[in-house]
Amino acid sequence: MLIRHAADLTDNDVTDHGLYMKRRTLMAGLAGVGLAGAAAGEARAGLAFTKGFSTTEKLTPKEDITTYNNFYEFGVDKGDPAEKSDRFKPRPWTVRIDGACEAPRTVGIEDLIKGNKLEERIYRMRCVEGWSMVIPWVGFPLKDLIASVKPTSKAKFVAFETVMRPSEMPGQGWNTLDWPYREGLRIDEAMHPLTLMAVGLYGDVLPNQNGAPLRLVAPWKYGFKGAKSIVRISLVENQPVTAWNKLAPREYGFYSNVNPAVDHPRWSQATERRIGEFRRRETLPFNGYGEYVADLYKGMDLKRFY
Amino acid sequence: MANPPRKRPSKLRGNLIYALVWLACFAPLVWVAWKGFNGDLGANPIEKLIRELGVWGLRLLLVGLAITPAARILKAPRLVRFRRTIGLFAFSYIVLHLSSYIGVDLFFDWNQLWKDILKRPFITLGMLGFTLLIPLAVTSTNGWVIRMGRAAWSRLHRLIYVIVPLGVVHYYLLVKADHRPPLIYGAVFVLLMVWRAWDAWSKRAAR
Repeated sequence: MLIRHAADLTDNDVTDHGLYMKRRTLMAGLAGVGLAGAAAGEARAGLAFTKGFSTTEKLTPKEDITTYNNFYEFGVDKGDPAEKSDRFKPRPWTVRIDGACEAPRTVGIEDLIKGNKLEERIYRMRCVEGWSMVIPWVGFPLKDLIASVKPTSKAKFVAFETVMRPSEMPGQGWNTLDWPYREGLRIDEAMHPLTLMAVGLYGDVLPNQNGAPLRLVAPWKYGFKGAKSIVRISLVENQPVTAWNKLAPREYGFYSNVNPAVDHPRWSQATERRIGEFRRRETLPFNGYGEYVADLYKGMDLKRFY
Repeated sequence: MANPPRKRPSKLRGNLIYALVWLACFAPLVWVAWKGFNGDLGANPIEKLIRELGVWGLRLLLVGLAITPAARILKAPRLVRFRRTIGLFAFSYIVLHLSSYIGVDLFFDWNQLWKDILKRPFITLGMLGFTLLIPLAVTSTNGWVIRMGRAAWSRLHRLIYVIVPLGVVHYYLLVKADHRPPLIYGAVFVLLMVWRAWDAWSKRAAR
């Protein structure tokens, strides 16, 4: 029996799994900062994670996920984020979590990575422009982070504020959007188990062009809802202002759930091109996650709350 | 030899310039085709291909509109003979732009195309601009100038002053946030039209 074995052993003999995982993550974190660079010539250590929610769909190649990005802070061309994000320094990094909660806190990215159980989640990503990818993120559920600050009953929405660093982000020199980029979720959306805070991609530390060091992923919403390079997460009582909604409220709603029945005023949302495929495919309601999230919107007119 | 010998080098030079114009007009197509052939058009090559063809069509239309002012300002009236070539190249790029949208992006889904034309203002305007370009391309030959008569032909070809802004607005409406590129093309168009207005006004004043 296991108990007997355990009696034979002292505490020193066994490494607690959690601790083991934490060590692994710490190493990965250090690799991210470049401190593990002493191991010269070796490939950067990946993050330690378990396999979580997935799909049988074919993954989009890493090359495409890291070179075809909308991240206007680095420029409006899809290639700009990969080409113009070298100067961006995603570490050291802290995130402030505050607002309607009992235990607001400021936490470093390495502590976030160490303090949360990382999982790989393979999600579809549908861009509002009509293309999609299948992306293996590494991260932890946002609900764990929110629970850690003990939200009060006034926490009805979550507001995400992202980084403002014009010296490192050439696209912020132009007022294409009202910087810094802001996003938001309703609290039940934020607490949904599918909602992920991503810190990695393809098993590695998140690249700059994909929103390093910490980004939001809500796979049933259009990609732009996934705020990148987050510096502040606030629990708030009223629906927060979001960047695209502010620019063009008729085109980009607060909810922005993937919905083939509600077209963008200027183009159809009925179909999408999966990157790497030739023919367009049908877009699914809630990006195919309806069985998990449709209940959140019961009784709501999704044509009105687009 | 019937021709006086001193005329020959000038004809050769003329042909060379003509060849250069052709090459310059072909270059973007070769460049896009080469990148496509090498898988170098990025993660979404179909969108990239359609955009490049459309933008080059618009650029060549503007170059075509710039010929008359350039010929007058530079006092080089012979420039005008390139106008037809450039216009036909612009038309060709736009035909390729439209056919790659219909054939590659929509994969000949005519039903979807019809819905797009009716529902998407940027596609409505783009299709309108293209349709208006067709009579200009058809009547671009010398034969048609004679058949129609110079005045009527010129009047018809003034349609270009409507087509180019349609192209600019078509582009403007598909951009999500950074409107600088279509606004730059729009500004170039306005500048060329301001020159024309000023030119017409000063001619009348001189009379």
